[in-house]
Amino acid sequence: MTTSSDTQSERGRALREFWFYFSENRGAVIGLGIFVLLLLTAVFAPLLAPHDPIQQYRDFLLTPPSWQEGGSSQFLLGTDAVGRDLLSRLIFGARQSLIIGAVVVTIAVTGGIILGLVSGFFGGWVDTVIMRVMDVILAFPSLLLALVMVAILGPGLMNAMIAIAIVLQPHFARLTRAAVMAEKEREYVMAARVAGAGRIRLMVRTILPNCLAPLIVQGTLSFSSAVLDAAALGFLGMGAQPPLPEWGTMLAEAREFILSAWWVVTFPGLAILITVLAINLVGDGLRDALDPKLKRS
Amino acid sequence: MIRFLLGKLAYLIPTFIGITIVAFGFVRLLPGDPVLLMAGERGISPERHAQLSAQLGFDRPLVVQYLDFIGGLFQGDFGTSLATRRPVLGEFLTLFPATVELSVCAIILATLIGIPLGIFAAIKRGSAFDQVSMGAALVGYSMPIFWWGLLLIILFSGILGWTPVSGRIDLLYFFRNGTGFMLIDSLMSGQKGAFTSAVSHLILPSIVLATIPMAVIARQSRSAMLEVLSEDYVRTARAKGMSAWRVVGVHALRNAMIPVITTIGLQIGVMMAGAILTETIFSWPGVGKWMIDSISRRDYPSVQGGLLLIAAVVMIVNLIVDLLYGIINPRIRHS
Repeated sequence: MTTSSDTQSERGRALREFWFYFSENRGAVIGLGIFVLLLLTAVFAPLLAPHDPIQQYRDFLLTPPSWQEGGSSQFLLGTDAVGRDLLSRLIFGARQSLIIGAVVVTIAVTGGIILGLVSGFFGGWVDTVIMRVMDVILAFPSLLLALVMVAILGPGLMNAMIAIAIVLQPHFARLTRAAVMAEKEREYVMAARVAGAGRIRLMVRTILPNCLAPLIVQGTLSFSSAVLDAAALGFLGMGAQPPLPEWGTMLAEAREFILSAWWVVTFPGLAILITVLAINLVGDGLRDALDPKLKRS
Repeated sequence: MIRFLLGKLAYLIPTFIGITIVAFGFVRLLPGDPVLLMAGERGISPERHAQLSAQLGFDRPLVVQYLDFIGGLFQGDFGTSLATRRPVLGEFLTLFPATVELSVCAIILATLIGIPLGIFAAIKRGSAFDQVSMGAALVGYSMPIFWWGLLLIILFSGILGWTPVSGRIDLLYFFRNGTGFMLIDSLMSGQKGAFTSAVSHLILPSIVLATIPMAVIARQSRSAMLEVLSEDYVRTARAKGMSAWRVVGVHALRNAMIPVITTIGLQIGVMMAGAILTETIFSWPGVGKWMIDSISRRDYPSVQGGLLLIAAVVMIVNLIVDLLYGIINPRIRHS
C-alpha cells in the first residue's frame, strides 16, 4: 500500500516538476492552448459547424466572406466553388488532421520502438539488417517515398497515413536503438538481469521507460510532420479524396481560383499553419522541459 | 582522410543496393499486371503481351530480373519513358539543371538570411529581435510551403503584378545548346532582357523553397552560437578584455558554424521533397514536377528511374557534406 502511494506521489512530483519547466516557456503554453482548442473543435465539430460540410448550396457559389461586399451572413468565411460552407469544412477538417497525426504517430512510434528495441538489445546481424533498412528509407526524400507508396497502394487517406508512418518510423527506431545501447550496460539493467528478468521484461519494463524523453519530443515533431505531409499529399491529389473536408485537398480544389477568390485559398492553408505551429510550439516546450541537460538545478 | 572516405563508401554501398531494390520492387509491387502497366492504358493483344513480357523479362525469375536491372543501370539504362518513349536517364538529365538551379538559389538565400539571423538572435538573447526572429523562424518551419507559394503568387503576381506566375523564362527567349541553367544561358546569350526575365521567374520559387531550410538554419545557428558562447574559451577571451564583436567573430563563429554546415547539408535532401511541391505550384520544369506528372500519368518506368536517380543524388550530396565535415572538424575524421 505504502509503495503504491509512494509511486503515486513520486509520479505527482515528476509531473509537477515537468509542468514547472514546461510552463516557463510561454510559447509552449500558448501552443498547448491552441492544440486543446483544436481538439475540442474536432470532437464537437457537428455541434460547432453551422452547415453540413459536404452540402452544396447551388445559389451561393464562391460567396465571399460575410464582411466583404457580396458576402452572406449565412456563410461567415464564404463558400467554395460548389457552394459548400468554408467554415464548416474547416471545422470538420480539424478532425481529419488530428486523426491523421494521431494514427501516423501511433503506427510510427510502435513500429519504431519495436525495431529499435530489438536492434539495440540484440545487436549483431539483426541490428545491422534493421538499421540498413532504416538507412534506405531515410535515403529517399520523405515526401517522394510517401508519394510512390501511395501510388502503389492507391490514393486515399488511409494509404497516405500508412505511407507517412513508414517514412517517419526510422527516426523512432534510431532514437530507441541509441537510447537502448546507452542504457543496456548501466548497472540497474545489470541488476534486473541478475534478478532474473527475462528479455522482454528487460526491454519493455526496465530499459524503455528510461528512453522515453527523446521519443516524446520526436513524437510531437512527427505529429506536425504528419499533418504537413498529409496535407501535401492531399494537395497533390494523392491523399484524402473529395468531398472529404481535408485541408490539403481543399487547397488543391481551390488552386484554380487563386486570383479570383482569395478566401478559398487563404483559410485552409492558415488552418494547416496554425495547427502545425501549435504542435511545434508544444514540441519545443517539451524538449526544453524533458532535456535534463537544459534543466537548471 | 582516405580511410575516412573509404569508410563512408563502405557504409553507403549497402544503402545504395537497398535503394535499387526499392526502385526495382516498385513496379512489381503495383497492383495489376506489370506488362499491362508498362504498356500504358491502351491495352494490348495476348500475343503482344507475351512478346512484351519476354522482352521486358517479366517471365524470368525475380533474381535474374533484378541482376538484369542492375546490369542495365551500370550501362546507363534506366528504362524508357512510356509517355515520351525516350530513355529515362535522358529525360532526367534534361530537367535536372532546372531543379539544381532552383535548389542552389534557395540554399544560398536560406544560408545568407538564416545564419546572420540565428547569430544575432543568439548574441542578443532574450531581446525583442531574438523573440521576433525566432518566432518567424518557427512560423517558417511550420509553413505548408504549397500554400505559401500560392499566397505569394496572389500577392506578387496577382495584386502587384511584379513577378510571373510560372515557368523559367518568358517564351520570347530561346537558347540553343544551352547549359540548362537559365541564369547562365540568358546571360551568355546577350539577348536584351533575358537575364532579368530569368531572375524574375526564379525569385518566388526560390523564396518558397528556401523558407523551411532558412528557418532550420536560423534555429540551428542560434543554438550552436549559444552553446559556443557559454564555453570557457569564450569567457577567457572576454575576460582578457576582447571586444564583444571580436569574441564572436574570431572565437565563437568558427566553432559555431561546424554543426550549421551539417544542417545545411541535410537540408538538401529536404529540398528535394520541397522541390516536388514548389515545382508543381510554379510549373517549374524540373525533376520534382516531372516525378509528379509521371506518377499521375502512370509512367512507371520514369517513376522507377526517377526514384533511383533522386535518391542517388541525395546520397552523393550527403557524402560530400560528410567529407566536408570531416575536413573542417578533425575530431570526426580521426574518431
